[in-house]
Amino acid sequence: MMAFFNVLPKTVAQGILWGIMAIGVYITFRILDYADMTVDGSICTGMAVCALMSNAGQPIWLAILCATLSGMAAGLLTGLFHTFFGIPSILSGILTQMILWSVNLKLAGSFLFVKQDYPFMSASEIGTTLIFLAVFVVLLVCILYWFFGTELGSSIRATGTNPNMSRAQGINIDFMKILGLVISNGIVALSGSLFALYNGSYGVDYGRGAIVTGLAAVIIADALFSWIAKSNFAVKLISIVFGGIIYYLVYQAVLMVVFDANLLKMLSALIVAIFLAFPYLRKKYFNRYFRKLASMMKKNKKEGKNNA
Amino acid sequence: MLELTNVHKTFHPGTVNAKHALCGVNLHLQPGDFVTIIGGNGAGKSTTLNAVAGVFPIDSGSIRIDGVDVARLPEHKRAKYLGRVFQDPMTGTAATMEIQENLAIAARRGNMRTLRWGISSEEKKKYRELLSILELGLEDRMSAKVGLLSGGQRQALTLLMATLKQPKILLLDEHTAALDPKTAAKVLEISDMLIAENKLTAMMVTHNMRDAIAHGNRLIMMNAGRVIFDVSGEEKKKLTVDDLIEKFSQASGQEFASDRALLS
Repeated sequence: MMAFFNVLPKTVAQGILWGIMAIGVYITFRILDYADMTVDGSICTGMAVCALMSNAGQPIWLAILCATLSGMAAGLLTGLFHTFFGIPSILSGILTQMILWSVNLKLAGSFLFVKQDYPFMSASEIGTTLIFLAVFVVLLVCILYWFFGTELGSSIRATGTNPNMSRAQGINIDFMKILGLVISNGIVALSGSLFALYNGSYGVDYGRGAIVTGLAAVIIADALFSWIAKSNFAVKLISIVFGGIIYYLVYQAVLMVVFDANLLKMLSALIVAIFLAFPYLRKKYFNRYFRKLASMMKKNKKEGKNNA
Repeated sequence: MLELTNVHKTFHPGTVNAKHALCGVNLHLQPGDFVTIIGGNGAGKSTTLNAVAGVFPIDSGSIRIDGVDVARLPEHKRAKYLGRVFQDPMTGTAATMEIQENLAIAARRGNMRTLRWGISSEEKKKYRELLSILELGLEDRMSAKVGLLSGGQRQALTLLMATLKQPKILLLDEHTAALDPKTAAKVLEISDMLIAENKLTAMMVTHNMRDAIAHGNRLIMMNAGRVIFDVSGEEKKKLTVDDLIEKFSQASGQEFASDRALLS
């Protein structure tokens, strides 16, 4: 138990990083209504590019920028597969993911240390890191809030909600899908670059299952925070970062109870399954239970009246 | 304003399901024409509208809007010239977006979407006025999500969106068919008002013969992918439902088979 609280700040930092990635997933999954599997690949590409450029002595802001651009390129590829070549959405993402697997191996091999330590992104200086991440998240949310309020951003939202209406209003929905994928994967790769700095390493395996984690954060945010995030987009995005933190807290807690590295992936899949099932089961059984209770109370009331 | 010349379209060509939906449609609309289109199921009414809108490419023939050949343009590029309202009230609006956001998107039909803010405060004022004309109370719910509106309200909003930026042609595809009679009458009234006010050229597909007679200045009847009857002006005003049924039997050589059209 103590161990859990000792690493709590570090767990939160990791959670925020997953939360940033989840914002990227949210843009495709919810706003664009596109299940984008590119994520598992683009997060690693972001890590690889950032690690390579840092090790080559490039300034860190440039490394992060280039990592983001590499993710955008990955999103562009998925978008072109889907719109230009007519490949179904899920398959387009999987194809890019496979391409990126090879690209990542070619770029940086299967594992790479980030030689330099950056105080703003480091487990040993967790206070600075948390402050940096908080500021970073607020900035990112501000930019996205602005963008999705513009004509272009509104068109992306309309495309995701109702492609027929969008076409009838003169929106080029293929372009909007590509743009959404580019932005989404840019954010994912950006989070990847921060992961590389925080962990001090890149691993080609790191992104496996990332999409599931991202979805988990989005769904946890839906399940727990939809009551405050309903009307405001910025609050919604922040709630997703909290979704990421909660996911990672649960993950750490479970990991400490069942310590077996071989079970890692299974455990994270089960956590996601539970959070995915939660809203459905609540609707199905919880509401039914309440309806029963309500009708019983009504009946009792009636009988009470009759008796009187 | 709109010229359809010998338009052909076959769906699923070369299969057992092949359907020659448009068999040489010729139609010429003058500016300000309000044409109602009737005909049995599968006559090609909606297909004609969709051919104009560019939902699918036509096999042969030409489609000109105000002199511009649009037959090869994709749907979103033709949208510049067209206002559209669909049969399903869900199709014309974005449910997860606000009423004013939907209007703002419609106001930019045919424009480049830029990084300017999606809606200005002057626009909001203008939308409030326009919405109040509908008399549905929507002007006080401008930031409500469209998904919360009823079918009739959504259809009225779609109409407003379709005419917000003056279209060359307004396409109404059975836009009252999914509504209850009272709401349908209200939406038709709004359609008439918007068309008259903006002096629009319009095409309205309907299954209701009475509506087809009562609205517009011209009526065409379609059967098996062709225009079989075209009447306008004084002659149209004198039409009755019985006339139309008789015309249908004469022109097509068969009984008017659609119960829906007879009963309504």
